[in-house]
Amino acid sequence: MQQEPTKSALAPRATAHWLSRLQGLGPVIGLVMLCIAGTWLNSNFATPDNAMNVLTRTAFIGIIAVGMCFVIVSGGIDLSVGSMAALIAGSVIMAMNALAPMVSSPVMIVVLGMGLALVLGATFGMAHGLLITKGHIEPFIVTLGTLGIFRAYLTYFSNGGAITLDNDLNDIYSPVYYGSLMGIPIPVWVFLVVALVGGVILNRTAFGRYVQAIGSNEQVARYAAVDVDRVKILTYVLLGVCVGIATLLYVPRLGSATPTTGLLWELEAIAAVIVGGTSFKGGAGSITGTVVGAILLSVISNILNLTSIISVYLNAAVQGFVIVGVAFMQRGRR
Amino acid sequence: MKTITRRFALTAVALAALVSVPSFAAEKVVLGVAIPAATHGFTGGIVFWANQAKKELEKAHPDLQVIVKTASGAPEQANQLQDLQTVNKINALVIFPFESASLTKPVAQVKSKGVYVTVVDRGLTDTSAQDAYISGDNTAFGKIPAEYLAKTMGGKGNLVALRGIATTLDNERMDAFNSVLKGYPNMKLLDAKYANWNRDDAFKVMQDYLTRFKQIDAVWAADDDMAVGVLKAIDQAKRNDIKIVFGGAGAKGMIKTLIDGKDPRIQANVSYSPKFIYDAIKLTAEARLKGEKLPATYIIPSVLITKANAAQFYFPDSPF
Repeated sequence: MQQEPTKSALAPRATAHWLSRLQGLGPVIGLVMLCIAGTWLNSNFATPDNAMNVLTRTAFIGIIAVGMCFVIVSGGIDLSVGSMAALIAGSVIMAMNALAPMVSSPVMIVVLGMGLALVLGATFGMAHGLLITKGHIEPFIVTLGTLGIFRAYLTYFSNGGAITLDNDLNDIYSPVYYGSLMGIPIPVWVFLVVALVGGVILNRTAFGRYVQAIGSNEQVARYAAVDVDRVKILTYVLLGVCVGIATLLYVPRLGSATPTTGLLWELEAIAAVIVGGTSFKGGAGSITGTVVGAILLSVISNILNLTSIISVYLNAAVQGFVIVGVAFMQRGRR
Repeated sequence: MKTITRRFALTAVALAALVSVPSFAAEKVVLGVAIPAATHGFTGGIVFWANQAKKELEKAHPDLQVIVKTASGAPEQANQLQDLQTVNKINALVIFPFESASLTKPVAQVKSKGVYVTVVDRGLTDTSAQDAYISGDNTAFGKIPAEYLAKTMGGKGNLVALRGIATTLDNERMDAFNSVLKGYPNMKLLDAKYANWNRDDAFKVMQDYLTRFKQIDAVWAADDDMAVGVLKAIDQAKRNDIKIVFGGAGAKGMIKTLIDGKDPRIQANVSYSPKFIYDAIKLTAEARLKGEKLPATYIIPSVLITKANAAQFYFPDSPF
């Protein structure tokens, strides 16, 4: 994932080149420092098992954050992703349970369920995109509305309890989360592929350039004959698909969806994107930074769980200090 | 044309209401029930049991009306209290306060209008605002698992615990747990971290416990939702040093596992059923119908659930 073309094009011309490089490295430096601290506090931190645990649990937020990066670069925002993930998880589980008596092959059911996750994600994303572009409603308001709608429907379907996947199906589905390929868990592979594809789309395709152009100046993009509405809708569809992918990895982990599923994922995904060096105002962004940002956030809570030097009451504060600190290291990049 | 029809319909409804209310208002008990909305397993159970009570009691007592209101926050619940009092003209109230402090004044307002008030689970900061208080036993919720673990582990071993959300209720449970452990110097509580009564957070916290501690004998998951995440994390790590996972509250999935003996790590549970809202509504309604009062404080005991008595705590229709 080469970031240089976009970065050098958008960084202030007068700034010394090495300085802008250093600022771009902010999240990486933050992550390295955290890892050193983690190893120093508990030697178990640096084990491959722990690294895989952290990367696997980052996968959900990370995959969503890659999609979120496109939306934010285009100047939009999506607050609904956590609720969307929860509703997709619940719907997929209900659909799979309903299909169980009808379809003889359980593998087929799982494949259909995974397909449904992607279709639902794309559909919800499309609805957001249409409401925002054709309906001329602020993305903040549209997605704040759907945040409530999605979660309320999940709560309604589950009666406030849990929607649980049929046990036999769960056994067949569980390798999607718990399985590994060449010693690396499947969700980490998926995360890697999504990030690579996202990086290529953002930096190496016409669509990616349009997204950045719209984010830096929508009017100019419009005059330059960019189909702004279409590009914007596609960014929301892309994010919806990312949420779908994250959900199809999430479902086999616990085999259930509850009203607490995906709670506050939207803020974690947005934080990962911004900590990773993407401007909140849009126009410029980095997928590598987003990935590093997402990992950074889960490393913090991992270290806090592995140690008990800080009062448990202060966990959220530690996360806050690190976020602000890393953001400080890359100030002036907007 | 349309407006005329609508106005006519409204008048008809209003007339019907005027005619029907006074006809049996004399001895009727109108019981308002104010509870939190179903946002997680336990509150889902609260809503289910409140509606169950409404259904059964209204059928059994024709001169009783039960109105259930769910709120997703303290201000909303305070507004509902006003509505119940002014619009529905309740003369008895069962409330599961969203928060203790912020609802004390609104409840006192309702009581000052002559409404009989039963408070459930979270006590008000000023107890003169309530006529009766019915609650689950949070001390036993922490004490029973600690005693059970001490007994089955022979008074020694390594423990980890999970906590819910930082609240007085959670502190009461944790303090009770710790005070029992004080009597067993060889039982070592390695750490207790918050997992927000949530499956996903419990999964992560347990994964990190497993990375950090090489020998864990038992886990006090302190909630059946959290126990689900804990079990998944142990399975994933393929660790077999953990002999007992003790949940809590008696969710139907865990009780079923206990009855079926499906998981050797699930041997016991402690009751803290959302059914207490059902009991509270029933006790209040029946006492008020007879014009009686309830005892000022009524603690519904938390008891140890084992395979032997699990069947009586299994409610397959409840969402919890």
